[in-house]
Amino acid sequence: MSFKHPLDECFVRLKDVHFAYGERSILQGIDLSVRRGQVVAIMGGSGSGKTTLLRLIGGQLRASQGEVRVAGSELSRLGRNDMYALRRRMGMLFQFGALFTDMSVFDNVAFPLREHTDLPPEVIRDLVLMKLDAVGLRGAGKLMPSELSGGMARRVALARAVALDPMLIMYDEPFAGLDPISLGVVGQLIRRLNDALGASSILVTHDVHESLAIVDYVYFVSDGRIAAEGTPDEIRASRDPFVHQFVHAEIDGPVPFHYPAEPIGQALLGSSG
Amino acid sequence: MSRAASGSAVLDDRAGEARLILAGDWTLAHHAMLLRQVEALRARIDARVKVDAGELGSLDTAGAALLLRLLGSDRVRTLVDSDSGLSDGRWALLAAVDGAMAERSVPPAPRKGSAIGDVLAHVGEAVAVFGRHAVDLLGFVGLTLSAMLRVGVRPTRWRLTSLVANLEQTGLYAVPIVALLTFLVGAVVAFLGATVLADFGASVFTVNLVAFSFLREFGVLLTAILVAGRTASAYTAQIGSMRANEEVDAIRALGLDPVELLVLPRMWALLLALPMLTFIAMISGILGGMLVCVFSLGIPVSMFLSIIANDVGVSHFIVGMAKAPVFAFLIALIGCMEGFKVSGSAQSVGEHTTSSVVQSIFVVIVVNAIAALICMEMGW
Repeated sequence: MSFKHPLDECFVRLKDVHFAYGERSILQGIDLSVRRGQVVAIMGGSGSGKTTLLRLIGGQLRASQGEVRVAGSELSRLGRNDMYALRRRMGMLFQFGALFTDMSVFDNVAFPLREHTDLPPEVIRDLVLMKLDAVGLRGAGKLMPSELSGGMARRVALARAVALDPMLIMYDEPFAGLDPISLGVVGQLIRRLNDALGASSILVTHDVHESLAIVDYVYFVSDGRIAAEGTPDEIRASRDPFVHQFVHAEIDGPVPFHYPAEPIGQALLGSSG
Repeated sequence: MSRAASGSAVLDDRAGEARLILAGDWTLAHHAMLLRQVEALRARIDARVKVDAGELGSLDTAGAALLLRLLGSDRVRTLVDSDSGLSDGRWALLAAVDGAMAERSVPPAPRKGSAIGDVLAHVGEAVAVFGRHAVDLLGFVGLTLSAMLRVGVRPTRWRLTSLVANLEQTGLYAVPIVALLTFLVGAVVAFLGATVLADFGASVFTVNLVAFSFLREFGVLLTAILVAGRTASAYTAQIGSMRANEEVDAIRALGLDPVELLVLPRMWALLLALPMLTFIAMISGILGGMLVCVFSLGIPVSMFLSIIANDVGVSHFIVGMAKAPVFAFLIALIGCMEGFKVSGSAQSVGEHTTSSVVQSIFVVIVVNAIAALICMEMGW
């Protein structure tokens, strides 16, 4: 047996995972792994099952077949309390932040600390200010979520997601609807926080260029399968038609422009034409 | 391009063979005038007429439809091959309009089944939906009770701040409306009693009528219906918008139980608030009745109070109050459950808010009727 450096081991490992909503099959045999310290992107078109994948890893959904391991434990075998305990070690950033609308920015970030720890208020205050400082919003603690711009809300949500110093941070479309400056800021924050915490991160996104700039590894999901994978350099150089179409935003390719239909001549002329 | 000119269709049969000359803009703007020309010419068009569209200006879908009307769709299909002067683009437009019109003219498939069958199908569907709601509610009751037991043994996890805030919203702020409405209903019940009982010379029993009805039924029922409209809808909207906003998912992702965090404080708040509101409703309904008795029937206040003290047993008050926590539990749970059923959109929040009010009022009235039956049989 060879010696394994702890940094080399897989923090998240999915093996032949299938998932279906009722009759509708979403994922068909996904293999995926995330090492400690890595930032991994999961890309794919809308409706390809990326978010479902994230929810499986977060334990909010259960795979109908296959194995989902996080931090060494198989999720389907975990009881309720172990699952809640594991979720405390994962941070999750939702698409539009999902800040609690009736709490101030400070209270939003303090919320997980107050819920899960018995720290005295002064310590919580210091921790929250540190987290807010890390995302550049130490001065915004008194604001309410409705007063924030989209990019700021995303950063506050990021501070909340890392409040408990998680081992794994998951991002659901962190770049959706952001202006180019906020986009760059959020992208750099994701990388910096991951490295500072020594955590692993999983990004679900379709923003190719921003994510290729910050991630270590990329998985492409299409039709419930891993269509391609590789490091950003491999992806940029890839000759795979799907990856090429995705990275270069081509209209037609393996993902067709046209929704399946009868030939246009037939449609225009009717059956007798 | 030539200037925009009104379209025209002229049949020229001077040169031995008939030629239909289409010219100008065949567009929506000239539709009425073109339609008159088309109607006039239609009867004279037959298969031998040659079509000359060389002078045709603009053509839009309205114009294409008129051309089809004039020539018939079979004739239009042959135009592309003939030397009609029709460009490919024009022809494609004609073909597309023809296809769309042909689709429309297909008679809808005759509906299968009979009207009675449809009615039965609707009834069956409604019953199935009702059954599903009942099962959902039972499941949610179980979920809430188990969370209640889990949290109940650990006082550190009681959410007193949230409880007090909800109590203020559902209890304190509802006092004026509950008091006013029950006061008015109390007065109306007294008027009714006075009118009917006067025929028997028993006007004084109006006092008993008001006291009985408010202690046993109206106090708690009116309050529960008001609270169902006011609080069940608020609970659904609050939790529903949190769901639409992914806040509920965020709570789960933070390793917390949404039932413990969102449902329990709301349920306890209503469980405490509804009995208090019911008490206020009873008092103010009887006050309303008393006012009518004093001013309209000439029964003095002291007599009114002594009749209540002598004739009306405390058991009626207990029966009324005992129903309050049951109603509170059901209203709170239906409100919260519908909130959790919201899926994403603002429209869904609205639908489920309506549904939660309808369901909770329905359940309150049904449970009240069952309770009345039981109490009557038991002689309580």
